[in-house]
Amino acid sequence: MLLELNGISKSFLGVRVLDGVGLQVRAGEVHAVVGENGAGKSTLMKIASGAHQPDAGMIHLDGDPVSFRDPRQAQAAGIGIIHQEFNLLPERTVAQNVFLGREPTRRGLVDLRAMHERTEELLASVGQEGISPQATAGTLGVARQQVVEIVKALSLDARVLIMDEPTASLADHEVELLYALVRRLQERGIGILYVSHRLKEVFDLSSRITVLKDGKLVTTLDTAATSPEALVRHMVGRELAHYYPPRATATPGPARLALKAAGNRKLHAIDLELRAGEVVGIGGLQGSGRSSLARAIFGVNRFSTGEMFLDGSPLHVRSPRHAVRAGIAYVTEDRKAEGLVLGQSVLDNAMLALRAVTPTVAGRAARAVGIRELLAGVQVHAAGERQEVRFLSGGNQQKVILARWLAMKPRILLFDEPTRGIDVGAKAAIHDLIRRLADDGAAVLMISSELPELIGMSDRIVVLRDGRVAGELPAGPPEESVVGLATGAGS
Amino acid sequence: MSGMRERGVWVALAATLTIGGLLVYADGGALFGQSSTVSMLQRAAGLGIVAIGQTFAILAGSLDLSVGFVISLTSLIAAETMAGSNGMVAPAILAVLAVSAGIGLVNGLLITKLRINAFIATLGVGLVIKGYLEHGYAGPAGSVPASFQRLGYDRIGPIPMSFLLMVAVAVVSWVVLKRTRFGHHVLAVGGDVDVARLSGVRTDRVLIRTHVICSLCAGIAGLYLASRLGAGAPRVGAEGGYDLESIAAVVLGGTVLAGGRGGVAGTVGGVALLAAIDSVFNQLAIDPFFKQVVRGTVIIAAVAVYALRLRRKEALA
Repeated sequence: MLLELNGISKSFLGVRVLDGVGLQVRAGEVHAVVGENGAGKSTLMKIASGAHQPDAGMIHLDGDPVSFRDPRQAQAAGIGIIHQEFNLLPERTVAQNVFLGREPTRRGLVDLRAMHERTEELLASVGQEGISPQATAGTLGVARQQVVEIVKALSLDARVLIMDEPTASLADHEVELLYALVRRLQERGIGILYVSHRLKEVFDLSSRITVLKDGKLVTTLDTAATSPEALVRHMVGRELAHYYPPRATATPGPARLALKAAGNRKLHAIDLELRAGEVVGIGGLQGSGRSSLARAIFGVNRFSTGEMFLDGSPLHVRSPRHAVRAGIAYVTEDRKAEGLVLGQSVLDNAMLALRAVTPTVAGRAARAVGIRELLAGVQVHAAGERQEVRFLSGGNQQKVILARWLAMKPRILLFDEPTRGIDVGAKAAIHDLIRRLADDGAAVLMISSELPELIGMSDRIVVLRDGRVAGELPAGPPEESVVGLATGAGS
Repeated sequence: MSGMRERGVWVALAATLTIGGLLVYADGGALFGQSSTVSMLQRAAGLGIVAIGQTFAILAGSLDLSVGFVISLTSLIAAETMAGSNGMVAPAILAVLAVSAGIGLVNGLLITKLRINAFIATLGVGLVIKGYLEHGYAGPAGSVPASFQRLGYDRIGPIPMSFLLMVAVAVVSWVVLKRTRFGHHVLAVGGDVDVARLSGVRTDRVLIRTHVICSLCAGIAGLYLASRLGAGAPRVGAEGGYDLESIAAVVLGGTVLAGGRGGVAGTVGGVALLAAIDSVFNQLAIDPFFKQVVRGTVIIAAVAVYALRLRRKEALA
């Protein structure tokens, strides 16, 4: 047995997050760890990689007991981790990032040449000769940044590699690249702990699956002997069946938002209509202009050409504030950086937009009542409205953001990856909310990299490619049509 | 890349020297005469050494407001230990380095172990030193021997020894930042302390070391000022405005105040720019208040230009 965790317990501020959890990883095995948010997966991974220390329990590596005071010791022992959020220094080069903390030296000085050569070799060993060791990390795309992270772990001669939600930020075609990488690592005899919400990946890659729930071990299953439905039952105790809410039944109403030949630096001649009552999915690869489109409609990066109409009358959105006042809401892709003020309370975060546009104290006080109802309505699970949002799970954080926008009674809602990094249960709740908004007459635009979500939720799908509309698909298209339009393979 | 940012300050320096040189010439003086060049370089030397130390702290995402008081304190330690005797020069230097390193260590420990904001921690330490100085000294004290005064006054051609000392400190610092693991780690800690920690960098240790280096540089500046003045002076650091000016020089040089980006070369340029502005105004004998207005404007303009460039770069990315 390569790595063995036994009876691991951990509490934070008196709250028990892990309670006697154990699992084993064999050499060359992909061992998936699944569970809803708050199940304790990330904490367990942080303990295995030395970032946290367990309150109780033992870690064995090759049968020998080990304990790590910090990530450095875990690294030295051969345990590498690829984090959920990217852990690169955007200002530094690829090589500097790969060898951070272990820069090769010659006569006391950092040996830049050796560092570049070895980075080049490592990149070549995973088939990524296209990335220059001297490129600034921040200028690389998301998928390539992840390659750099994996290469960084490899440079440590990691024997156990922990991957925490490695595909969270990847578009579907980029996931293939990751699969190929994972299989290469497996062939080298590296044991991989693979944490993911995406069950497809878990079944594609893993040989065993450990299920956690509420900080406790539920079971460890052989992947070959189980099914996604059975796994979901273990995770949440309910079936996958009602995963997507029913589509709109009524014919959509009049166009609430219309774009005519709209463009800017990243978008070209976009024609688009969002009708009352429908959810329009936006598909496309990373960098195809999906987020740019939402940001332009919301006035973050404005359109420089073409026209935009709101309920039939022309509108040139100058700023997000202007957009908010016009009845547009935008749920951003990056919840933590752009969606929430993490150190502020649930209530403050939910009131953010209202406060910004309500001039009087009395007006705000009156509306605070409404916000509380909304928070209850979207079922935010928090210790109270005064709890800081950074302590909430991803799903509950997203619900706070939803409550914020619902309070504005928006006519148009823009969702950018609404369920990224959110567990199965909360995901269904958010999908229901999105659908209910459309049913109530809002026009919804939803960007998603996750094809089942895009297809399951959308009444029609507009696929972007290189900043242009590549095509439009009716409700429920096969995945291949979306991918075909997105990559240009279908044309 | 950071090179772009660092180049900006040299362009500004060249412009200042050209325009200032012409103005001074029109006024009947000479900006590049022997005596004005020497005084410009001497002025640059003291601030330069402090600012180079400050660069380390700022690159690591911290800053040090105690440097001014450290300078005063170490000038006194130097002059009082030497007490005019040649034999005591070496022990005095050692004492200064030990005391300043100790202060840097305290700054670093307060920031890392007690998690006190760097602004507050170093301000507090500075005030403690200030209190000690005000209680113990009414005016200059101690004296340095003539041999030690050569550091302040000797020069090779038009280049003062002190300026060479600053260049030496700058070169060593440049090598440390670009080519040592510690240097790489300083930029990593300033860039993202969590990334650095999760990569196995001992982040606390790195931050503490940057503060030790910063205080050591202030101590070296204290030695230099003692040799210039011939004695220790309890208010020389604070009155010279070394704390805020060193930070201004670092920022002028293109180093981001939040850390993780920039370098020593830019800081040297920033110091040279401030010294050049000083020199031009001294030569033109313009109201010193107006000089401050110009300095303030230059600093704001520089940072605005950097921010604008960064935004344009991000828009293109």
